[in-house]
Amino acid sequence: MSEWIRIPLTSNYAAAYAAKDVDVDVVAAYPITPQTPVVERIAEFIANGELQAEMIHVESEHTALSACIGAAATGARVFTATSAQGLELMHELLFIASGLRLPIVMAIAARALSAPLSIWGDYSDVMATRDSSWITMIASTAQEVYDSIIQAYKVAEHSDVLLPAMVAYDGFMMSHTYEPVYVAKDRSIILEFVPKKKPSWNILDPDKPITIGAVGNPDWYYEFKYQQVVAMENSRSVLRQVFEEFSKKFGRWYNFIETYNMDGSDIAILTYGGLYGTAIEAVDIMKKQGLNVGTIKLRVFRPWPEEELLKILKSLKAVIVIDRAISFGAALEGPVAMEVLTSVYKKGLSTALHSYIASIGQRAVMEEDIIAIVKKSLELLEKGVVITEKPVYWGVR
Amino acid sequence: MSLAHKVHYKTVFDIPKEELFAPGHGLCAGCTTGTIVKLLLKAAGLNTIVVNPTGCLEVSTTTFPYTAWRVPYIHVAFENAAAVASGIEAAIKALKAKGVIDPNKRINVVVIAGDGGTADIGFQALSGMLERGHKVMYVMYDNEAYMNTGIQRSGTTPQYAWTTTTPVGKVLKGKLQFKKPVAEIVAAHRVPYVATANPAHFLDMMNKFRRGLEVEGPSFIHVLQPCTTGWRFDPRLGIKIARLATETAMWINWELDHGEFRVTVPVPKRKHVKHYIRLQGRFNHLTDADIEEIQKMVDREVERINKIVGKEVIGPVVE
Repeated sequence: MSEWIRIPLTSNYAAAYAAKDVDVDVVAAYPITPQTPVVERIAEFIANGELQAEMIHVESEHTALSACIGAAATGARVFTATSAQGLELMHELLFIASGLRLPIVMAIAARALSAPLSIWGDYSDVMATRDSSWITMIASTAQEVYDSIIQAYKVAEHSDVLLPAMVAYDGFMMSHTYEPVYVAKDRSIILEFVPKKKPSWNILDPDKPITIGAVGNPDWYYEFKYQQVVAMENSRSVLRQVFEEFSKKFGRWYNFIETYNMDGSDIAILTYGGLYGTAIEAVDIMKKQGLNVGTIKLRVFRPWPEEELLKILKSLKAVIVIDRAISFGAALEGPVAMEVLTSVYKKGLSTALHSYIASIGQRAVMEEDIIAIVKKSLELLEKGVVITEKPVYWGVR
Repeated sequence: MSLAHKVHYKTVFDIPKEELFAPGHGLCAGCTTGTIVKLLLKAAGLNTIVVNPTGCLEVSTTTFPYTAWRVPYIHVAFENAAAVASGIEAAIKALKAKGVIDPNKRINVVVIAGDGGTADIGFQALSGMLERGHKVMYVMYDNEAYMNTGIQRSGTTPQYAWTTTTPVGKVLKGKLQFKKPVAEIVAAHRVPYVATANPAHFLDMMNKFRRGLEVEGPSFIHVLQPCTTGWRFDPRLGIKIARLATETAMWINWELDHGEFRVTVPVPKRKHVKHYIRLQGRFNHLTDADIEEIQKMVDREVERINKIVGKEVIGPVVE
């Protein structure tokens, strides 16, 4: 590990280090709690000469992503970061960034959406972008934030993909918590992994003039959108390759999903973000109490990792999905639970699915909550509840 | 800073012949936007990246798989042309610093945007770009309403003008409010170069484009763009109306170059505003008394401009 140094970083700082180590050319970002330290740290890197990049101090998140689109369309490697309202203000541009097939990478310190105003962590903001054609990864440690951002560039810039990518992590619980993180001593090892070559996408070049962002009428629009479907599909195999290459090269193993204590367990808790760490602790406690339960982390949300999930789900009696956002009025108001249910139904599995909503607006979820959720589900199973009619709104008063 | 900067275009023969704005686009017959853009690209040349927000120009020139643009062109959204241009300019700077783009290569970043995309929905992005000092020339073609969606009132629609959202009825007679003085608001950002122009005075307009591209930092050129469809006039009259705008002082061609103000097209003898107004259907409802009121407003504006210049650059109405 001599190529790495182990330093204490928050997930926000880990995101900033990743942007520095992939040698981004342009950063356009606007401060918003809890993302702000990302922008501050990048500004420090530039001020110290550790990163040679143009930082655009934009007047809004709408402009942040617009400027990233302009810069990426000129062939630059770009980075931005935001949270909650900022991500919502970018919403229009999310679809344009992916429609123009620009490999922008964005870090998201996931936060609850107003109203009422909440600066605290949940995944309402990330889940609201799910149809925007961005590759979406959710990290659960600061190390994973650093590594995922590096991987995100490699996937996004791949000529079979050319889609933007976001890497999300819990606002506050992760964005402001220090953890030991291995970062590259010298970024050349990172740049070997994600080399900066001539852009494989079409750019604004006076020597080869092209029109970007043309009008797509009914005779063409659909084909453009279908190409995005294909690109998202292609990203599966590219993600797989990138995870493998990263694991081999750097010795840190990654996949679409991660599991803990699944051997011999026929019940699993599925969740995402920092809550996975709490779930692991809860699993250990339950094991000591004689209750053998496993846990699954959803690491890649888009593209939906159906194949990887089904491999685990097919041998399970029940999966307990703890969602951290609400899809108001949906068939099942836990957004990830709904997708799991679709996958389960598509393959005709008999796995029971219990949907829980928790940690909304950063309402605390402790190990004992997870244990209580499992116990509640065991009761439900005894009562013969295969699929919860509605999610269980855990911890709401 | 000396005002005696180079005049690039003295006569029509100084204008490059090369056409970078291709024919076959879908702008209305008689639309003066085509005239402005064609001359803009002649002034800017091949090493130019164009940013164009949503609007008439965008939808008429870029219907896939066709394009009228022989220079690199990008459209992103309606309200963010200045933001996109900021990103392009920053990317060029960064890539030059890293040797990816030849540091000696001069690449112009030019925004061409309508009044809605500039003065209304795009105003925040514009102000941000100006404040940050990006080297971008922003050209606003002002047809004084949302023409692309079908003639709705904008912040730059003049007072009393009919639009589909300021209709003429029994109670109301067109737009109630004044036209937003966009160029002056831009000038308040203290950018190196701000000018107003008019396609009837095309050499003046093109020299302003050249100056705007030359200065270090942001420049803004506010161009009046008579719209046959929205202003309700015969398609052949566009340039005549543009000229009348200057001759009546409904529109004054000026520039503010590093803080020094001058009127670039002096009008020793003014025409009465009725000559401009009576050619346009959007003002059909105005009575002679209403037009006299507009004349008084213009008189006051002329007095103000003359005072700034310190001499009578715009003369009295002589019929």
